[in-house]
Amino acid sequence: MIRVLNWIDERFPVRKFWNEHLAEYYAPKNFNFWYYFGSLAILVFVLQIATGIFLTMHYKPSSEHAFASVEYIMRDVPWGWLLRYMHAVGASAFFVVIYLHMFRGLLYGSHRAPRELVWLLGCIIYVLLMAESFMGYLLPWGNLSYWGAQVIISLFTAIPWVGDALAEWLRGDFVVSDATLNRFFAFHVALIPLVLTGLVIIHILALHAVGSNNPDGIEIKKHKNEEGIPKDGIPFHPYYTVKDLFGAAVFLILFLGVVFFAPELFGLFLERANFEPANLLQTPSDIVPLWYFTPFYSILRAVTYPLFGIDAKFWGVICMGASIALLFFLPWLDRSPVKSIRYRGWMYKTALTLFVISFVILGYLGLKHPQDTDLILFSNLVWAQIFSFVYFGFFVLMPWYTKWDKNKPEPDRVTFK
Amino acid sequence: MKRLIAFLLLVATAPWCMAASEYEPLDPVYINLSDTASLQRGARLFINYCLSCHSAAYMRYRRMAKDLDISEELLKENLMFAGDKPGDLMRTTMPAEYAKDWFGVVPPDLTLIARVRKPDWIYTYLRNFYLDDGSPSGWNNTLFQNVAMPHVLYGLQGSQRLVSNSSEGDGKRIFRLEKPGTMAPEEYDNAMRDLTNFLVYLGEPAKLERYLIGVFVMLFLGGLLVLSYLLKKEYWKELH
Repeated sequence: MIRVLNWIDERFPVRKFWNEHLAEYYAPKNFNFWYYFGSLAILVFVLQIATGIFLTMHYKPSSEHAFASVEYIMRDVPWGWLLRYMHAVGASAFFVVIYLHMFRGLLYGSHRAPRELVWLLGCIIYVLLMAESFMGYLLPWGNLSYWGAQVIISLFTAIPWVGDALAEWLRGDFVVSDATLNRFFAFHVALIPLVLTGLVIIHILALHAVGSNNPDGIEIKKHKNEEGIPKDGIPFHPYYTVKDLFGAAVFLILFLGVVFFAPELFGLFLERANFEPANLLQTPSDIVPLWYFTPFYSILRAVTYPLFGIDAKFWGVICMGASIALLFFLPWLDRSPVKSIRYRGWMYKTALTLFVISFVILGYLGLKHPQDTDLILFSNLVWAQIFSFVYFGFFVLMPWYTKWDKNKPEPDRVTFK
Repeated sequence: MKRLIAFLLLVATAPWCMAASEYEPLDPVYINLSDTASLQRGARLFINYCLSCHSAAYMRYRRMAKDLDISEELLKENLMFAGDKPGDLMRTTMPAEYAKDWFGVVPPDLTLIARVRKPDWIYTYLRNFYLDDGSPSGWNNTLFQNVAMPHVLYGLQGSQRLVSNSSEGDGKRIFRLEKPGTMAPEEYDNAMRDLTNFLVYLGEPAKLERYLIGVFVMLFLGGLLVLSYLLKKEYWKELH
């Protein structure tokens, strides 16, 4: 065994690679609950690829056979139902994990220098993940999948002059059709997973180059011992590999609990209207995107005023795009001298709380009719407009409230809370 | 830790705000997929009455027979159309063009109907047909106004007229039985429960095994959870 390893090592530095990224990668010893979601995201990614490959063996990407082939997987393929439920629930689980992973960044300032590139790469991964799930969602060719794609692609028609031609080019047809399904399949199973895999690797390499942040938001590399090892660092392997194993067990209980006992999650993960095949002549009564898109869908619908003679829909698309694009600017919008929420003043704490509330409520409103009143006092539309302002306020006002905030002094060494 | 719990509570309660649904006067039905006899009775009703016009084209006869403990001879003799093989999909014998001519619409495939509609909806629908001289088929349904489907099961239920509808007045539908069928009202309700039960099975055959496998998976993961926790503690003991 050792001889085989030596033989390989002389030709390719596996030991160096193992040490650099696991056995001698020093991570802060004070990671808490929020630091499980990076490794969990990798776990879900691997699960999605593994189940996806097997689904691809039985799925037929054609408008005539797609829906029936999914039911074939659910009935005639041994364990096909499990593969399909794991993949469908896995998409939602991916977003749960990624949202918590991103929230961790906002809590402890993981987006701040010197980790801006890690954050930017993460943002690109997030956007690609949205594209991946959107295209994957069309593949079962259910009626809601179909009309969801129809609505989202038609957003491009809001762009002046070139909109219609652009939407037609994306669909490969005048409506969502077999051509659209085939190209979505190609992107979903080949292009985007390929790019995602590469980006995830670069995301981790970039992180390991600068080192992990921690709940105190201070740099452990400032205090090193004689051997040049951070005093507050512990080797990722075995300490965090065994800790993440425990995290994976907790996650799998929750995830497979949903897969086995409530795969539709009351219509939130698999909707009733999507058990009818795509039908161009029958629009579902409610076309709603999946829950992880609804905050942005709410922002899109909240814009109801035409400006400069251009349709409100165009400005809605712009605002929706901006709500995601602003994430990329976060490292430079944040002017606070401290990183972690533990040492920030009341302003950032309030802003972040309001931001989370606005994100959850916008997500809820995105599942509802704008004209109805599901919350108190105002219609859903008015609330969506109010919380859209809160959402944007978090980013736009950040340079000021982070500068004026009364921070507490950071400790010299990491602490446990 | 307290803040973490508060946060998780906030997020966890969000879906429950969404649970409210609009008011529909549906009669509740008790679904029990481990009641194989009920599923068998439902299958017989489905094949004798529904499958003439509707298909269940994602489901194979043999799979159904296997899941419901029906022997192959019994399946071939009683539950299949002449010419079909046990490995065939459950297709209707009625050509779609004829169906369109006769009813104005092609009767929808019913394999997944219990996943599109709630079981309560199906159960209520099957019991709420009434005579309506104004409609082309002579039948109407309180739950699905002007439905193209005639009351195929009227021989069993008998024919009833609508006395008062839920949309007007006290929220109760009242029917008057004009001509009794071969089944007493309770008998008919039970038969429709069997049929609904079968449709729930038909929508997701994996449901028969999914829960039990899930329990074993949870037990396994519970063991993994304990072991991984102990392993983590053992490794972290040496740190301070």
